[in-house]
Amino acid sequence: MKYRVMCPVRMVLWVLIFGFIKPAYSQLDEIDFIAPVVGQQEIEKPTYSETILNLKIRSLSKKGQAIERLVTFQNPQTINILQALADGYLFESREYGSIVIASSKENQYAIVLAEDNSQLGLVERSAIKKIKINNSIRSKIRRLIAKLHLNSVDPNLRLLAVKTLSKAINQDSLNILKILAETERDESVLDTLQLVIALDKLKSTDRLIRLEGIETLKEKTSLEAVNRLQAIIEQNSNGQFLEADTEVRKQAKSALVKIEARLQVYQAAETVFFGFSLGAVLVLAAIGLAITFGVMGVINMAHGEMMMLGAYTTYVVQQIMPHHIGLSIILAIPAAFMVSGLIGIVIERGIIRHLYGRPLETLLATFGVSLVLQQTVRSVFSPLNRSVITPEWMSGSWQINDFLSLTWNRLYILVFCLLVFAFLLQILKRTRLGLEVRAVSQNRNMAKAMGIPTGRVDAMTFGLGSGIAGVAGVALSQITNVGPNLGQAYIVDCFMVVVFGGVGNLWGTLIAGFVLGIANKVLEPFAGAVLAKILVLIFIILFIQKRPRGLFLQKGRGVES
Amino acid sequence: MNKFLRKTGLTSVLSALVFMAGTSVSIGAEETIKVGILHSLSGTMAISETTLKDTMLMLIEEQNKKGGVLGKKLEAVVVDPASNWPLFAEKARELITKEKVVSIFGCWTSVSRKSVLPVIEELNSILFYPVQYEGEESSKNVFYTGAAPNQQAIPAINYLMNDIKVERWVLAGTDYVYPRTTNKILEAYLKSKGVDAKDIMINYTPFGHSDWQSIVADIKKFGAAGKKTAVVSTINGDANIPFYKELGNQGVSAEDIPVIAFSVGEEELSGMDTKPLVGHMAAWNYFMSEETTKNAAFIKQWHEFTKDKKRVSNDPMEAHYIGFNMWVKAVEKAGTTDSDAVQKAMIGIKFPNLTGGVAQMLPNHHLSKPVLIGEIQEDGQFFTIWQTNTLVKGDAWSDFLAESKPIIADWTAPISCGNYNTKTKKCSGQNY
Repeated sequence: MKYRVMCPVRMVLWVLIFGFIKPAYSQLDEIDFIAPVVGQQEIEKPTYSETILNLKIRSLSKKGQAIERLVTFQNPQTINILQALADGYLFESREYGSIVIASSKENQYAIVLAEDNSQLGLVERSAIKKIKINNSIRSKIRRLIAKLHLNSVDPNLRLLAVKTLSKAINQDSLNILKILAETERDESVLDTLQLVIALDKLKSTDRLIRLEGIETLKEKTSLEAVNRLQAIIEQNSNGQFLEADTEVRKQAKSALVKIEARLQVYQAAETVFFGFSLGAVLVLAAIGLAITFGVMGVINMAHGEMMMLGAYTTYVVQQIMPHHIGLSIILAIPAAFMVSGLIGIVIERGIIRHLYGRPLETLLATFGVSLVLQQTVRSVFSPLNRSVITPEWMSGSWQINDFLSLTWNRLYILVFCLLVFAFLLQILKRTRLGLEVRAVSQNRNMAKAMGIPTGRVDAMTFGLGSGIAGVAGVALSQITNVGPNLGQAYIVDCFMVVVFGGVGNLWGTLIAGFVLGIANKVLEPFAGAVLAKILVLIFIILFIQKRPRGLFLQKGRGVES
Repeated sequence: MNKFLRKTGLTSVLSALVFMAGTSVSIGAEETIKVGILHSLSGTMAISETTLKDTMLMLIEEQNKKGGVLGKKLEAVVVDPASNWPLFAEKARELITKEKVVSIFGCWTSVSRKSVLPVIEELNSILFYPVQYEGEESSKNVFYTGAAPNQQAIPAINYLMNDIKVERWVLAGTDYVYPRTTNKILEAYLKSKGVDAKDIMINYTPFGHSDWQSIVADIKKFGAAGKKTAVVSTINGDANIPFYKELGNQGVSAEDIPVIAFSVGEEELSGMDTKPLVGHMAAWNYFMSEETTKNAAFIKQWHEFTKDKKRVSNDPMEAHYIGFNMWVKAVEKAGTTDSDAVQKAMIGIKFPNLTGGVAQMLPNHHLSKPVLIGEIQEDGQFFTIWQTNTLVKGDAWSDFLAESKPIIADWTAPISCGNYNTKTKKCSGQNY
């Protein structure tokens, strides 16, 4: 709007100019960096800064044209502007009317002029307006930046550039990649280049070139290669082969067999990883219950809510220190342990201790507690989910190859789960509290006779179990919603794991969690997520019929017959 | 002990009752017109429905400032069906028979609407249903102010097909009636457009599904076929965050495989870490970011009412805004709050949308609406990238399913039927 007020005549002129230039570009998907195309009909060439200002136009197609125009200047600043635009750091300053690159500083934004990086100082968020772009512009920018990075000295940047360009390949970019392939030394970049070129060869009308392409693809670890080779050997609805040549089909088939043999190995590895990571979440969620339910015999329906409180603690800690997201997650672990643990102790002292030996009443009372806690959270934090930010080091994945990548957050949770398990095991085995807990759970009266304050031990045990649930909540806040219903989603799974593993046995919980996780993930691909869950549940029911005490039964005199 | 149990078990009900008393007592003893608000304030759906209750209270408060309706003040009767579907029916009955409300604004999930439907029809009351839904229904007593599939899903598919050139489709949804029916319609539509069955992948997950690893890995594999792939998501509420997070973590960006969602709005986004969502899309009939004077005034009023400058507005809120104002107009037109008279008066009532254009209540009890497609921005708002030039008329019975193709809904004479078969010329009555 502002722009139009400033110079309506130029605005019209611009539209005209772009109208003329466009046909010259239309054969190419994008402007080439190396050899910029110059429109012949250019009447009045706009300056660099005028072109930058054009990014303010609301129309997306005009914005796209302005970007194309920008790169023809071969100004080194262009790449910074484009990168900022793609990453969402490019703003319009309401005060100066100019385009600025902003970076967040505490609660304010430090802005620099896009054109020459001159400092404009700190401003409030309301003083700048974001330059909005959509997916097609974003991917256009990525391709443009990729082209610049093709000649970078850093092989990782080159690899990224090649991958970006290969996503929407056209003749023009293919030629560039072919030239690059001749001089490329880095193995992984070369590997990707060969893959892109070989995939293109499959489109050729010459059967020899197609065969050549298949020959190269045979050795590649690429999902696209699998899909494309698959397409070659498929028939259409009339029973005709899409690929006419028998020799090509035969080669494609043998290449496919070869790749798929490798694919299957990786897929198995992937499924196992998925299973372990799901298992880790289950173990984390259930291990607190393994103590309260398993060791103490309390059916604690509010266990899920302890996790929810842990997750909300994470949120609160993050609100206190919004600029140290990574640190806040670490600090949230002890904080959540304390919060959930204390509330657990309060619940035990206030309610549960009056109900020992009456499981049905305990179940109902703790269910009531869970409703109270949920509604309290709804009143305090609103019924909406709260957004807990994932730190940078927990997002993304460890890309081993095209067939296998492991996501960081799952890896961290897997490690975290094992640490928590080891920690708990040490507490039960090596501390005085652990000794007392075991004594009380094995024979309450005898323990009492030995002078163990059973009441205090009960409270501490329940607090420990609840505290661990709170810690699990911190982990859950990284993979799921932080809302009042968080606990409900996990409570059934928790009981399932503990019962399956054998009541009163921590190792049982660990093994049961992983077994159920892997079983779920093995079933999921062909049974679907819904049916997989049902099948696992049926399996557990049948299993419990055969072995009512779960995988590992508790031994000792304290076990009632 | 007994005392204690009763206390805890009934807390949620108690709090709702206290709330109810608070709202109904506040207005004096003079004669009022009672309006029922049937939205869950506790349980799973409280996340979405509490906002709608607040919206209704705001709208009623404003109408009372203007002098009410027919010279009488309006009185809101709020009940809490606690995300419990049978309780919805019970509470609806209570509202109509005990509280004598003249119409009800409420429900969110389709299953809650289906549960209320027999009660509303039996007692011949009126329900305003503000959420986008699967269609295949038109009741004499219900006004559907949310989008039918042809006002949300079908235009979104057209956009992806024509503008983004998508050739491979993943239809992912939560396993319940809305996604199942919508995906059935979409699958039939895609096939009618010549999409091969091999290029469609359909996937259902349970409510609140949180482990998306294998499904996202499958989508990634499905999308690596050298053809542009998009995910059409009817994934509901809580399952969305883990889904988008997993997409982000496994490196599936919106530029490679965009996800277009029908159940993710501003309200849901406000509770999410939006980083992994930027660039993914949603189709609605209203976006908070639309810059119109009406919308700006609405948002201002909302902020003042909630005393919270950060509260967002969303599509179902606009639906209630339009529905409520249409109801006011209809009551004034009919000169009475009598159910039959208002039902008749409703058809043809016009009221301006917040985003431009004028909505009209059609004879099939659906609205004409603009369709907007927006990309999610980092601030949790949508950036409109596409919209229909004209308003789209809501179609109760989808034209893309063989069994509902010949069926139309028309509540004006001479048809006066929500389920009229144009081939057999018969009205088959309700079949919910």
